[in-house]
Amino acid sequence: MAKTTAAPPPAPNLFDAPRPGSNLPEFSVSDLSRQLKRTVEETFGLVRVRGEIGSCKLHSSGHMYLSLKDETAVLDAVCWKGQVSKLGLRPEVGMDVICTGKLTTYMGSSKYQMVIESMALAGVGALLKMLEERKKKLAAEGLFDPARKQLLPYLPEVIGVVTSPTGAVIRDILHRLADRFPRRVLVWPVAVQGEAAAAQVVAALRGFNALPLDGPVPRPDVLIVARGGGSVEDLMPFNDESVVRAVADSMIPIISAVGHETDTTLIDYAADVRAPTPTAAAEIAVPVRDNLLAQVLDDGARLNGAMLRMTRERKEKLALLSRALGDPARATEPLMQRLDERAERLALAWQGCFTRARGRLAEASGKLRHPRDLVQLAAQRLQHQTHRLQSGGRERLFQADKRLERLTTLLEALSPRAVLGRGYGLVYDAQGHLVTHAAAMKRGDKVRIELQDGTRGASVED
Amino acid sequence: MNQASSPLPSDIAKLSFEDALAELEKLVKQLEDGKAKLDDAIGAYERGALLKRHCEAKLREAQARIEQIATTEAGVSLTPFKP
Repeated sequence: MAKTTAAPPPAPNLFDAPRPGSNLPEFSVSDLSRQLKRTVEETFGLVRVRGEIGSCKLHSSGHMYLSLKDETAVLDAVCWKGQVSKLGLRPEVGMDVICTGKLTTYMGSSKYQMVIESMALAGVGALLKMLEERKKKLAAEGLFDPARKQLLPYLPEVIGVVTSPTGAVIRDILHRLADRFPRRVLVWPVAVQGEAAAAQVVAALRGFNALPLDGPVPRPDVLIVARGGGSVEDLMPFNDESVVRAVADSMIPIISAVGHETDTTLIDYAADVRAPTPTAAAEIAVPVRDNLLAQVLDDGARLNGAMLRMTRERKEKLALLSRALGDPARATEPLMQRLDERAERLALAWQGCFTRARGRLAEASGKLRHPRDLVQLAAQRLQHQTHRLQSGGRERLFQADKRLERLTTLLEALSPRAVLGRGYGLVYDAQGHLVTHAAAMKRGDKVRIELQDGTRGASVED
Repeated sequence: MNQASSPLPSDIAKLSFEDALAELEKLVKQLEDGKAKLDDAIGAYERGALLKRHCEAKLREAQARIEQIATTEAGVSLTPFKP
């Protein structure tokens, strides 16, 4: 921007109307055109523009003048002689193209235009038609089947990268890998455009797959096939049938990252995962180590926490149950009480039974006389009887005695012996019989004569 | 570096990181459920602790090493990579 020139103010005439534009800079046409040119060139630099070729004129000078258009705008363009031959296609009116180049102005006629450096077919161009047909054919063979897709390893130990060893792509990938999760990376250098590219990419893919599992060169767990953005032609090696087949055949999972997000090549269909950019491929290949570390540490903490909580809960539950269970003594108390009660009743019952039995016993005992008593009683009775006997006996004896006395007197009065006193004698034969008749005796018989004071033997003489 | 206090059991040492992590997460959830028997829970806890150690070691030992494949008549070899 031009600066307002601050002229030393003359005596101000406050009443004069200011002259319009007097404080704006004054350009020459060339100055303005030059500034405009610089602004346009600096602001836009390299651009890619898609449009339909509206007009196309190859000048005798060898330069080509074109116009690109869409529904509402037209852009003039020029392709200098040197570039025309390198375009790789013959621009025709009506072609849908993507042009890459710089914007500039043409000071000679107040025009701006694009200087085309490269041009590629866009939309349903011939190339794309050809690619579409190739894609259909390979798809029909099943090379793009979802069932063929392999799962990427969650955390690959070794990552193989098939790309150019120079340039931003490999640097972006390595940088992003280092940021996320440092890994062992094997770079298989290849040309990523031009005639040799397809064959080199195929060799790299087959070479990685051919590595033995335990050889000196480790076999990668995942492969990244990468290339930066470019024209359809630039990306053509990645549409090559042999490359597509090598990708489909790979036993190692493949992430494709060719061109920009809007570019799609045929290997994207055959790869196990398509990444929009090389950087994105690195992000897909490895998780973020710090996140995983945090997750693992968190898991460890949760493990400890859960275990602590679990043991604490068990402890509390145990305490709770212990309380619910109560003192064993208390649990037995009612039983003890019942036992006591029963014991008491038993004792009472026993006692009652005993008492009753004792009563009966006593009763029975009462009836049962002690032998001593019986003896005593008998003795008493005996004594009594004896007494009675004695007293009665004595009386009777007395009576009898008297009678006896009387009878004795009577008897003595009548007794022969008393007669003997008076001189009579009794004669007894040898047999002791009393002899009352003399005839009963014969001569010579031995007899005994009893007299008052005794007996004497005698013999009969006549 | 988290130096392991004792060598990991071989069945855990040969687990891939993702398998070890998946099992660890499963054990954590199982323990957090709190429904396991105490004996099982103790077993799960001990295994979980070993898995965590294994995972952590795998993460901490990570180191970048960039090499370039060189193809010769003899085959492939590795050379340091300089971008």
